[in-house]
Amino acid sequence: MKFKLWVTLTILFFIYSFYVYIYSSSEKTPVQPTASVLSGWQVWQNKNCHTCHQLYGLGGYMGPDLTNIASDPTRGSDAYMKAFMKNGTDKMPDLHLTEEEMNSLVSFLRWVDKSGKSRVGKESVHWTGTYIF
Amino acid sequence: MMDLQRLFIRFALALLLLTVIAGVLASFAFLFPANFNTILPFHELRPVHASAALFWIITGAACCVSYFSGRQSKAFMVLWMLTIVVIFVNYGFQNYGGREYWEFPAYLNLPLLAAWLFFMAVFMKRLPKGAPVYYWMWTTGILFFLITFLEQNLWHIPWFRQSFLREVTIQWKANGSMVGAWNQMINGLSVYLLVAISGNAGLARQKKPWFLFFLGLFNLMFNWGHHVYNVPNSNWMRGVAYGVSMTEWVIIILIIRDFRHTLTAARKFRHLVVYRFISAAELWVAANLLLALMMSIPAINRYTHGTHITVAHAMGTTIGINTMLLLAAFGYILDVDNLADRTRKWLQISIRVNTLSLGIFWVSLIIAGLVKGILTVDHPENSFFEVMAAVRPYLEAFTAAGLGVMIALGVICVIYLKHSQRKQTV
Repeated sequence: MKFKLWVTLTILFFIYSFYVYIYSSSEKTPVQPTASVLSGWQVWQNKNCHTCHQLYGLGGYMGPDLTNIASDPTRGSDAYMKAFMKNGTDKMPDLHLTEEEMNSLVSFLRWVDKSGKSRVGKESVHWTGTYIF
Repeated sequence: MMDLQRLFIRFALALLLLTVIAGVLASFAFLFPANFNTILPFHELRPVHASAALFWIITGAACCVSYFSGRQSKAFMVLWMLTIVVIFVNYGFQNYGGREYWEFPAYLNLPLLAAWLFFMAVFMKRLPKGAPVYYWMWTTGILFFLITFLEQNLWHIPWFRQSFLREVTIQWKANGSMVGAWNQMINGLSVYLLVAISGNAGLARQKKPWFLFFLGLFNLMFNWGHHVYNVPNSNWMRGVAYGVSMTEWVIIILIIRDFRHTLTAARKFRHLVVYRFISAAELWVAANLLLALMMSIPAINRYTHGTHITVAHAMGTTIGINTMLLLAAFGYILDVDNLADRTRKWLQISIRVNTLSLGIFWVSLIIAGLVKGILTVDHPENSFFEVMAAVRPYLEAFTAAGLGVMIALGVICVIYLKHSQRKQTV
């Protein structure tokens, strides 16, 4: 009985996992990442940006969430973002990024921005769950 | 005890020491970045702290499970320890892989995987009929660690990176379930210790631990979605996670129902240092479970997500539950209840200091998270820097309490390390 229950749950876990892999993204036609986006993603990882910044509220707390920085009317320009990357701030050290790395990081942040909004509206939350459309 | 096992125990304890020292340094670097940025910036300290904590828990759990089951793999222990050393050497040269908790260069996952397979090759055997529940917990934890470890590395397949939402969902699905996997191993250790202390083998065959085992397994598999409630992925995932997570209210009800019995047992075994660790963990199980349940309610999660409340939950469970239970298991292996009275007194005082400091630490983070959540969600006109300025006093209290945690766990580690040299066997 115990073994059967364990096996049943494990089978359900694998079915659910594959379902999540295939259907988890709500984007009907996700914007395909370019080579520059993928290179920027790698820079994001190699420089450990997530230790201080968040994407969709996941990551560190030292700096702001950058999910939608690229569509911010004042801070979303290439020049503004690159100025921060190049010089750092009183909290952010200079990470010595090359021009190419900064360009690809900007491409990555623009791609992330297109995937959705980080802020969850009040109207999206109901006692029965969260419904983000 | 074989020398390699003894070395493995010391290695795990050294990881705990590194965790608390790097954690305190990182919290100071967070508060005073200008003083640290030129020497040891926060973004270099945090990976050391996070990886040391992660490896302390996994190494500690695997070490104790190997020891109590008598299924020890030398290849696993050697390769696992060497790889972790190489990981920290890489951190010293600022070579990162940049995945949350797995911040080392990705190729180092290969020797970790090989080491775990060596462990499984020795541990995985057919469970005999009537095997105690802790064997089921250990087997399940070890197997699901492998599954979630592989899942954590699916991003190397290009298809998974074609959608950011898919990639981030799977990353946090793996992270969430992996916590469940090591919890299975550590909860199994807790049941094993209760059986050993009480001398009542029937404890591991009662209905309640079996029920909790299957409930834990169910939640390991399907209750990870609260990590990604605010990621705009498919709605059905949030519904499943919300529904499954609410089944954990049953555990709260059981804790309340059995409270009197727990108190009686605590009085009966209060002279045992090992039991004191287990008692401390029981307190944190109730507190963190309640917090987790609150965070799993979407209307509340909207305020807690991406705030320090998440850190309170993560650190509350890793220090309050995982570390306490692992120190209980290590204490049992090292036979600390037969140490001199004076040493045992130091251990008991350290447990109290840790519980008290962790209490202040935990509450400070929750208040910091509430302030951040309310100011961010209800007052979006505030800039990030205004929000962080409002949060700062609570983070100062958290850092001060972190010093208490570091001292208490440091004293326990040093005592354990010192007495791990004795040539005793349990």
